[in-house]
Formats: sequence, structure tokens, C-alpha cells
Amino acid sequence: MADFAATALDKSQNRQTGGAGAMESGAAAQPLVRVEGLAKYFDVSPPLLTRVLEGQKKAIVRAVDGVSFAIPQGKTFSLVGESGCGKSTVARLVVGLYRPTRGHIEFEGTDLASLRTRAQMAPLRKRLQMIFQDPYASLNPRWRVADIIAEPIRAHKLMDDDRGILRRVGELLEQVRLSPRDGEKFPHEFSGGQRQRISIARALASNPEFLVCDEPTSALDVSVQAQILNLMKDLQRELGLTYLFISHDLAVVYHISDYVGVMYLGRLVEWGEAQQVFGSPRHPYTRMLMDAIPDLEMTGRQRIPVAGEVPSPIDPPSGCYFHPRCPFANERCSAESPMAIPVGSGEVACHGVEEGRI
Amino acid sequence: MAQTPVLEVRNLRVEFPTRKGTLVAVDDISFHVNEGEVLGVVGESGAGKSMTGTAVINLLEPPGRIGGGEVYLDGRRIDNLPYEQMRRIRGRQIGMVFQDPLTSLNPLYTVGRQLIETIRTHTDLSEQGARKRALELLAEVGIPSAERRIDQYPHQFSGGMRQRVVIALALCVNPRLVIADEPTTALDVSIQAQIIALLKKLCHEHGAAVMLITHDMGVIAETADRVAVMYAGRLAEVGPVQQVIQQAKHPYTEGLMGSIPKVGHHTDRLAQIEGSMPRLTEIPNGCAYHPRCPKAFARCFAERPDLITQGATDVSCWLYDEELQRVEAHG
Amino acid sequence: MAVNAENLEQLAPGFGARVVDSFRRFFDGDVFYSFRRSPITIVAFVVTMMLFFASFLAPWIAPHNTNDVASLNLMNAELPPAWMEVYGVQGSAEFPLGTDNQGRDVLSAIMFGMQISLLVGFASVLLALVFGTILGLISGYVGGRTDAIIMRIADVQLTFPAILIALMIDGIASAVIQGAHGAEVSFVVLILAIAASQWVNFARTVRGSTLVEKNKEYVQAAKVIGIHPIMIMLRHVLPNVTGPVLVIATLSLALAVLTEATLSFLGVGVPVTQPSLGTLIRIGNDFLFSGQWWMTIFPGAALVILVLAVNLLGDWLRDALNPKLR
Repeated sequence: MADFAATALDKSQNRQTGGAGAMESGAAAQPLVRVEGLAKYFDVSPPLLTRVLEGQKKAIVRAVDGVSFAIPQGKTFSLVGESGCGKSTVARLVVGLYRPTRGHIEFEGTDLASLRTRAQMAPLRKRLQMIFQDPYASLNPRWRVADIIAEPIRAHKLMDDDRGILRRVGELLEQVRLSPRDGEKFPHEFSGGQRQRISIARALASNPEFLVCDEPTSALDVSVQAQILNLMKDLQRELGLTYLFISHDLAVVYHISDYVGVMYLGRLVEWGEAQQVFGSPRHPYTRMLMDAIPDLEMTGRQRIPVAGEVPSPIDPPSGCYFHPRCPFANERCSAESPMAIPVGSGEVACHGVEEGRI
Repeated sequence: MAQTPVLEVRNLRVEFPTRKGTLVAVDDISFHVNEGEVLGVVGESGAGKSMTGTAVINLLEPPGRIGGGEVYLDGRRIDNLPYEQMRRIRGRQIGMVFQDPLTSLNPLYTVGRQLIETIRTHTDLSEQGARKRALELLAEVGIPSAERRIDQYPHQFSGGMRQRVVIALALCVNPRLVIADEPTTALDVSIQAQIIALLKKLCHEHGAAVMLITHDMGVIAETADRVAVMYAGRLAEVGPVQQVIQQAKHPYTEGLMGSIPKVGHHTDRLAQIEGSMPRLTEIPNGCAYHPRCPKAFARCFAERPDLITQGATDVSCWLYDEELQRVEAHG
Repeated sequence: MAVNAENLEQLAPGFGARVVDSFRRFFDGDVFYSFRRSPITIVAFVVTMMLFFASFLAPWIAPHNTNDVASLNLMNAELPPAWMEVYGVQGSAEFPLGTDNQGRDVLSAIMFGMQISLLVGFASVLLALVFGTILGLISGYVGGRTDAIIMRIADVQLTFPAILIALMIDGIASAVIQGAHGAEVSFVVLILAIAASQWVNFARTVRGSTLVEKNKEYVQAAKVIGIHPIMIMLRHVLPNVTGPVLVIATLSLALAVLTEATLSFLGVGVPVTQPSLGTLIRIGNDFLFSGQWWMTIFPGAALVILVLAVNLLGDWLRDALNPKLR
């Protein structure tokens, strides 16, 4: 473990001197992040006493149920899906806010589960950061912006003189296109978009390589969303960042991603290069999502209305979770859960695709 | 136009007196909605679009108040009616659909009870007749096995189904005007499409005028016949939806359209409007958009533009002022 | 990209500038605004301040030193208020609110007594606040079994009236440290007893606010950064739950003063040698039916005014800090 910590330290010093170096040297085959069979179950049963008295059963939500993917260095992998599909839970698992029920998360080949204590986690913590959805809740309202951004620097003791930290905070603010003077203000003095920039600056403060972005623009107006998306792309280029991007907005995902994974009820139904998933979607659910995108071109394209709604994750359907809503479903779909099969650059979990019906 | 519009709003102004002076949330806007027409009101948060909707139905939360202008429903002025009369009009002639269906439904009564109650308050149908009407409505908004679900409580419905119930509730008195404030924002994309299609179909069938308030250009493109773009409490542009979306005239609409990512168009960077919409306390002089406008010139800093008719579209931008056009044609 | 040394000074204004800045924020802010707009609150504030000054400056401004037994003169006993004549005895300007059975000036006694009452009140509220807040924070943030244990204790305690708990603690303590207990000990016991009856309020409120705050994204962000849970509780959650704590502290102060008065009235409170408002009321009570009403009415009125003013301040604070009512 000690030598791992040492390499982590090397890496972060490297990055302070020249940000782009990491991206070129990391172009090797090994992905930066690999997720293998990840699962997270939540116990949402009523309290024991109520269960006994009212004869209720234990209720387990399979928020994430066997998800595997890999993200190459410097690329953006997006998870897309409807509410309750488990995409945000994956994000929280990857940054360690939740402990997985099953499965592994590897960061540069190190299994996160092997890092049991906070001290063991610390070197990794600063290399992997998160941007949250709600710009109004993600900044402590009682702290000045400079203190918010300096928190990771102080926590990881990356610098210890106050002037140096202040200078670094000023740089970070400029990096997210704010003014160093803004550090003296409190979060409530900023608009939603500006707060999201502050959030990004805080995430960048410890020189991370990997950012998990949980719906970073869905609380923002479109014009502000464009600013933030552009900023995120610029930062990725400048600093060689790798993103795990969570969103329900397919157009945003199309714009930002290199790879896309489509989730349905805690499972990954299809993933692959963005161009492939969006250009020739294979899984019926992906097709359905694509069809539901409002048509801004106003071509008058006739849309097939989507039937049904997402079932409850407490009591999912048998077999393929999507079969009750799927126009191609047959008996096998309702009985047997599909395995992911390679299609093009990615994978699809669908009996229909496997059998060549779709 | 010979036909009287269902809703006509003239020079509406909504004010909020605060301790730091009066804030103007909606500033001198005029528009109309015809029978069977869906008018989309689009804008970013704080543009005053929801405020416009609540002002039309006279439900502004104090200290907000209508500071000027007139609102007509079928040619009858309604903004100055006493509370009791306005309440009756709201019940009989205006239907409302809000973002969160839970706030429009009473959790303590079954869906059927609420529908029947509403129908019976505003028509003289019997209990039996009202129940039959309620069942028809539930079937019409696409709730499967309405017979069974009519006696269920709101919490037993999913978000999308609840929104359908709210739509049924809004339509149960055959209103002349439906005001839908972000009706799909809380829903998932696949459900969103269903609700949009439903809303559009029903309003065309019932011949109601719809004011659809949303921040989502996609929803507008799918649903609206005409669209009004709001910025900082003012109208930037009003016109047929196709024209506004494909050939935006106002620089703000143009910027807004450019900033929306689209599937199938791969661009490395989105067009971006610099800065953000001003807070109500700091709306600049002249055109409210001038500090962010790439095309702003001297006049924009000093004078506020009125709506200028450009074909089927009305746009409030000095770029379309006749004088300027003439000067450009000659020079 | 370069942030050079000159503008660093502007980036980090000195401590003084920060203090000035926070004062400006306060007087500009909504809380001060709502204060200015509420005449009752202003009156309550002025009254509270006057009573505080009168009691804490008592040794300097009180007309007589009632703690100095040597200065008492039985000749002055049972004098009515200065403007009255009762049973043929004319009040004296020397004793504006009259004297008690030992010739003590009632006005001065009230001033000294209120000082004792307030000291006991502040000390017990502070104690309850510190313990309640810590337990509430831990309970809300850690959750699970820890939460269950702390909150069940609180529940059990809530089923006993505050006075009863205070009486019990007082009783047990005086039984244990029998005989040798001086004035200091009985003060400590009294403060402990009142604090014990009040910590639950703090703990419950802080726990509730903590449950809300801990799920906010800024707390999650701090976890992702790798901040130690204790630091998250202290530096992130605590500053955001102080609003309700302040309100409860104010209301508890009024309650603590009342509890102290009740205990002293019952005779288990502060030692008779250092009478508080409650003691004064008790002593005066014996003379109520023999016509010397001023001995008990004036201390009683002082207690009512103090508690009312502090309560009004607390109510206002609750409204001012509640964003929903603004």
C-alpha cells in the first residue's frame, strides 16, 4: 500500500508542473477506472417492529445490480437513464460515498475496496473528485468561496502557507472563468451557473485526474448549461481530465461523451462509443429513449408514443427488466435475464439482439 | 383578425414592493392566445414566465401585485374583478396544470372524489352523472382501467399518471383557457413525451386555448403553435413556433437556440451567451439584453425597444427598427 | 492566470476589515430589517437590556447593598413603597419600592436577586446548549444505534416535567453531599438540575436540523474530499444549525429563570443568603396576607417582565430566522 501512496504523490506533483503530461503518458491500454459487476442494494424495509406487527416482508431496492464498464484516461463516459435507474448511485459508489454490496471499482488497477481506512483512502481521494447537481446545496452557505475552494488543499495538506493557498485559489477561480476577488464573497451572492463554477473549482483544487459529475447541468438554464459544458470540455483538454458524467438529458450526453452507457432499473442495457449508441442504438430501451427526445428540428417526424412507465425497483419484473414495455419481447425475455454480448465497440444486453431479431 | 382571442393580455406589469424599492418582475408585456391554439411561453428561470401565468389568473402571492395593464378572457376584462367572481371564473373557464402534480391533488381524497366534486361544483350533473363524466375523462387522459383507479388515492399513482389526473381535473369543466406551468419538468423523458402528446391532443379536441409555460425549447417545439420568448420580465420575441425556432430574430433567442445541445449535430463547443440574466434589482437601462448581446449598439444602451413586427413575428430589438433598416439599405 | 503579490492583499483583507464587513452585513441583512420593523421586539429588547444592566451593575447602581447584613436596620422593616401610607406607616424616598421584614430595600433586592437569577439562567442554558448540541449533532450525523440510544434517553426524560427532574437532582445531590455543602455547591447543583431539564430541547432540534443538513450536497462534497467526520460535524453541519439553537437558547433562558424561581420558591434553590427573585417572592409571600404585598408583588412583576421580554425576543428571533415566514 505504501508504494501506491508514493506513486499517487508522484503523480500529483507531476500534474502541478505540467498538466498535459499525464494524458499522453496514460495513453496505455489500461483504463483509468474500471467497474466490475458493481451492485448496491438498499434495505428500505419498515422497522422490525412494524414488520412483525403488520406481517410485512423485508424490502430490498436493487438500486444498482451488476454494472460493468471501463473509462479510458482523458475520456468521458456517460451514464444515462430515467429517474430511479441507479445512475446517481453508481456515481456515489465510484467516489466512495457508498460501499458496494458486490463488485469492484478499480482506479488505475487499485481496488477501492482494499482501502479500508481513511488514511489508506487519502492519496486516492485527491485524485478523484465529484461535482454535484444542485448548485444551491453543494456549497456551504456559511463559508466564504475562498475557504470552500481551499478546503481540499488544506485537507490534503497540499500547501501550508496561507499566501500560497490564496494564490492557488485565485488561479482556480480564474480557471473556471471567475475573478480571484470572488473568493471573498459568500455563495448566496452568486447565480446558479457561477456556483457550479465554484463547485468545479473546488473539485479541481486537489489536482484530480478523475471527476464524477452527477447531473452537473440539470439544475441550470440552457444558456448557462452551455457555458458549463463548454468549460468542462475546455478543462478536460487543458488538464487531461477523465469524466464519469451522469445525466438524464440525452442531448447533453451526446454532446459531452466519448462513451455512453444506458441504464434501466439498475442494469446497464447498452454501452459503447457515443457515436455508435446514438447513431445506431440496438437495445429497444435505447431506441425508445432516442425516440422520446423532443424534435427541435421540427421535421414533423412521427413519433411512436412510448408505452408504460418504469416499474418499481423494489419489485422488478422477471427476466429482462424491460420486457413489459418492450415491443419485441417474447417468452424468453420474460423468463431469462439477458447477458451482455459484444456489439461493435460496446455491449448490449438483449435477447432480441443476441438472436438477431432486432 | 376578426376572431376575438380567448386570452388577451395588454401591457401587463407585475410588481413586487420590497424594502429596497419596487421590483418589476413582468414589465409591460402583451400577447394573445386564440381558440384551439397553444402559446408557448419560454424563458430561463427568473424571466417572469410563471409570474405572467399567475398574474393572468390573478393568483399572485402577496406582496406581488399587478401594477398595470389589462387581461381579457373572451373579450371580458378579468384582471380587476373582485375575488369571488374571479374565483368562479377560475373554476369554470380556466384550467390549471402545475409542475408538481402532488400540489394540485388533495392527498386525503380519492382521485374520483376530487373529479366528481369539481364537476358538480361547476355543472348541474347528478352524482351518478358526474361519476360517469369522471370515468370518461380518466379514460380520455389515458389512465388504464379507470373503473378501478377512480377510487384510488393520489399517492397510489405514479408521477406521470398523477399528471394525467391533474390534466383530467383541469379539463373536467371544459375550460376556455388552460394554463400549464412546466407540466412536464418533473417527469422522465419517456413520460414527458406522452404528456405533451396528450395535452396537445386534448386541447385541440376541446377547443381550449393553452398557455404553456416552460423552460424547455424541446417541449415548445413539440407542442406550441406560437411561442413567446421572455427575458428579464420582458418579451423578446413572439411568433409562429417554426419561425422562432428555425429563424430566430432576437439575438437572445438566437443565442438560446445555439446553446441547446442537439443529438446528431456534433459540435465541439456550444454557442454560448456570456454572463447571466440580470437579477430583478439590476436590470440595465435600454434593452435588458444589451450587456450580453453581441450585436448591441449605442441605441440599445439608452432606449428600450418596443415590439416591432417582422412578418409573422414581433420582435423587440432595435436591429429591426425601420430607420436602421433604411440607413443600411442606403449606405 | 497569474495572481501577483500586490492584489493578494485585496484578496485577503485583514481581520478588522472582516469584522467591519460582517457588521455591515448584519445591519444590511434581513434579521436587522425585521427587528427594525417590529416595535414590540424593539420594546422587548430595550426592556431586556435595561433589566440586564440593572442587575449586573447592581453593586454599583443599587441604592443599598442588600447582601451586606450589617447595613440592615430593623427600624426600616416593612416600610411601604415611597408614595404610599399603609397602616399609618409612611413610605420613605430612601426605599422607593419599600422594604421587607428585615429592612431590606425591595428595589435593591430585586436588582441583586435578578442578577442571581440571570447568572443561574445563563449558566444552565449554556450547559444545556453545549451538551444538547453535541449530543444532537452526534445523534443526527452518526444515526443508527447511537441515534436510537441518545433519543430514547431524551424521550424518557421528556416524560418527566422539568421541575420534577430539577427537584430530583437537587434532592439527590443535597442528600449525597449532606452537611458540608456551601453556597457554591448548591449553585452548581441548581445549574446542573436546570440544564438537565433543558438539554433535550437542544438535542432534538439540532438532531432534526442535522438530519436535513447531512444529506445536502455540501456535506457529501466534504466526504468526497476526505474530511474527517468530526470535522464535517463541527465545520460544516454545526454552523448551519445555529439558527434554531439561538432561538431555543433565548426561549430556554426565560424558562430557566422561571424554573430557578420555582425551585427557589419551593426552597430548594439558591441559598437564602444570596436571594434570587424566587427567594424574594417566597419570603414576601408570607407577608402577602398581612398586607405587605410589595414584598412579593414587585419581585414577581420583575420576574414576569423579564421572562416576557426575553420570550418576545425569542419569538421574534424564531420568525426572523425562519426563511419560510419571511
